[in-house]
Amino acid sequence: MAAAETNNMTTLQVKRFKPSENPTNTYLTDEKGVWAWMTTVDHKKIGLMYLASVAFFFAFAGFLAIALRTELWEPATNFIDADTYNKYFTLHGAMMVFFVLIPSIPAALGNFVLPMQLGAKDVAFPRLNLASFYIYVIGAIFTFISLAYNGFDTGWTFYTPYSSTGSTGVIWVTLGVFILGFSSILTGTNFITTIHKLRAPGITWDKLPLNIWALYATSIIQVLATPVLAITILLLAMENIMDIGIFDPAKGGDPVLYQHFFWFYSHPAVYIMIVPGFGIISEVISTFSKKTVFGYWAIALSSLAIAFIGFLVWGHHMFTSGQSAVATTVFSFLTFLVGIPTGIKIFNWIATLYKGSIDMKTPMLYVFIFLFLFSIGGFTGIMLGALSVDIHLHDTYYVVAHFHYVMMGGTLIALLAGLHYWWPKMTGKMYNETQGKIAAILVFIGFNMTFLPQFIMGAQGMPRRYYNYIDQFQPFHQTSTIGSYILGVAFLLILYYLVMSLIKGEQAPSNPWKSRALEWQSTSPPDFHNFAHTPVVINGPYDYHKPMEEFQLGLAVEHNGHGEHHEVETEETEKA
Amino acid sequence: MANHSASHPAHVQHHFVDSDQQFESAKMGMWVFLVNEILFFGGLFCAYIVFRAWYPDLFSQAALELNKVWGGVNTVVLIGSSLTVAMAIRSAQKNQIRGLRINLLITIALACVFMVIKYFEYEHKLHLGIAPGMFWNPTPEVLAELSHPKANIFFGIYYMMTGVHGLHVLVGIGLMIWLYIRAGKGHFNSEYYTPVEITGLYWHLVDLIWIFLFPLLYLIE
Repeated sequence: MAAAETNNMTTLQVKRFKPSENPTNTYLTDEKGVWAWMTTVDHKKIGLMYLASVAFFFAFAGFLAIALRTELWEPATNFIDADTYNKYFTLHGAMMVFFVLIPSIPAALGNFVLPMQLGAKDVAFPRLNLASFYIYVIGAIFTFISLAYNGFDTGWTFYTPYSSTGSTGVIWVTLGVFILGFSSILTGTNFITTIHKLRAPGITWDKLPLNIWALYATSIIQVLATPVLAITILLLAMENIMDIGIFDPAKGGDPVLYQHFFWFYSHPAVYIMIVPGFGIISEVISTFSKKTVFGYWAIALSSLAIAFIGFLVWGHHMFTSGQSAVATTVFSFLTFLVGIPTGIKIFNWIATLYKGSIDMKTPMLYVFIFLFLFSIGGFTGIMLGALSVDIHLHDTYYVVAHFHYVMMGGTLIALLAGLHYWWPKMTGKMYNETQGKIAAILVFIGFNMTFLPQFIMGAQGMPRRYYNYIDQFQPFHQTSTIGSYILGVAFLLILYYLVMSLIKGEQAPSNPWKSRALEWQSTSPPDFHNFAHTPVVINGPYDYHKPMEEFQLGLAVEHNGHGEHHEVETEETEKA
Repeated sequence: MANHSASHPAHVQHHFVDSDQQFESAKMGMWVFLVNEILFFGGLFCAYIVFRAWYPDLFSQAALELNKVWGGVNTVVLIGSSLTVAMAIRSAQKNQIRGLRINLLITIALACVFMVIKYFEYEHKLHLGIAPGMFWNPTPEVLAELSHPKANIFFGIYYMMTGVHGLHVLVGIGLMIWLYIRAGKGHFNSEYYTPVEITGLYWHLVDLIWIFLFPLLYLIE
């Protein structure tokens, strides 16, 4: 095959590969049995294994949340004592952050979708990808060992000196989080390399799906921030095991130093959680508006801007911890700054909707829920970033409500949008659309009922993490508790119809949403190698004004004279 | 690109188009990992900076307990091993497998010398009761020179920094033994030496970190 090269352009012989609507060979039929799954290096199966683990931990930590809300039904001791209460909220926080939110979108959905959106057969380092999953499992085992040692009640932030008293439970869980960090690091390293080196012919940086840009920004944060958590947690473990005296004031150390170290990771970590959610929103909003994304570069680069500024704002967690007034002012200013790229995204998404042909399928419903909830979460974050306001609101339920609006109303809703969006591709089955919409509405109602009252009682002075409260807060707590039950029911409904779709859902077409994105140009579920051909991309991922056949091109490798051949020019992809 | 389906050598994994793409990916992955490592040690350096800014006297006093001569010898040893690992890569590129194995062997030997010297340094300090954390129990002679009440914190940082670095040296030794065995089985040639190249990158970083640790811990007065 002649490949004439002129300047930066390569001429490739391509032909159209229309995905089969009834694939006989898919990644699900290719390797079978438990052992084949456990040793697989296929990014799609690893993604599904992550998804199942994340769902398990979400159910576990969600159950703890329901128990906490039930205990708070009345001020007095209800059914768990104060110590157990402390352990439950610590475990709820630690599991939701480290085992659910951080791996949820990148490691579960991202693993599945990223190589497909790049037209690659797998991530750059498939074995490391599998290793990252097992590291995650080992981290989980350590956490459960900690529970066997009477658990831990330090709060998920492991602040010293609560966490430096030499408790065996704390040692195990911190080692668990230390190990878990490596799983995140490996995922990030893998994604960065894959995006740079494994893009299919024609996918230049300006043709990358916005989901890829978001995962790229996320991976950068994972790579730069997670090692700092690792060393922090290692020092904390050594503090417990050997009393080395860096963080514990009783041993000569400094607890504020610990907070600096911890938030240097943990603030960027909230962007590890939310930025991939932004990626999903961009994909879904374009697909269900049948329209090019408005402001492609603005959305793409704002992800990187968030990743960058996100590293400079950690001090806003410590306004009341005794850091200098100058530092506090600077951190407050930088915190406001991070609202700008986030606002840019929201406005571009709204502009994408404008004059689009909007199709209110379940994923799109979640996008609207996201826009509503995340905006509330974002604005209340700006309020908490304001110094004088924060002195009043610090460590109240207002903060609790704020981060649930961004983490659950943002990340988790985006995860649900992505899960419903890619479910037909991942499983090859359609879920029940009506039940999906009912569940989405229930989630919306339950969520707001749970967390809106928390803003009010927080502003009125209800401190977070308290086991008891004064009577004036009881109506808010009770509304919140009822809301959490509605949320619980909604999640059970989602679990029910997703499981039912696996058992007797109808066969999904290869592209049920008529998306132009590359991952939809494969069969449902995809082939073991994602595509039976090498995809060639000549259009942007959101070019809905161009015909579908231009999005289904692949290298015509055998030049045997059969089939219809086109010649296309693509920019040389970055190689060598 | 045009004839990639015709040439797919055994060492190229199925998801790569060609050998070059695999090599480039592995190298880039390693660089990203090294960034990780720098941030990981960065936390320790940060703790060092903070405590040194708070207790400058402590640091200049405690550094006198460290043996400059052996620290210096170890620095030379590690820099030497960086040279030999670079020569190992060069040998692989020129398809000189014997040279590759010899250079790997010298690198392993130098790394072991480093660890042995480090062992004697630790052993000497522990003997004097200069131990980390709860084992801190210096002899009266040491206490006479090292009267600072927070002296244990300096050595907490010292043991963490050199300990984590030593762990990296041990991992490097393990990797190079693995390379040595694979080289013996004829796995490497001028077409394929990716593991040698990226282990070399790793080894240079381990060396580089020591080059910062040595003056910061031993040479302050």
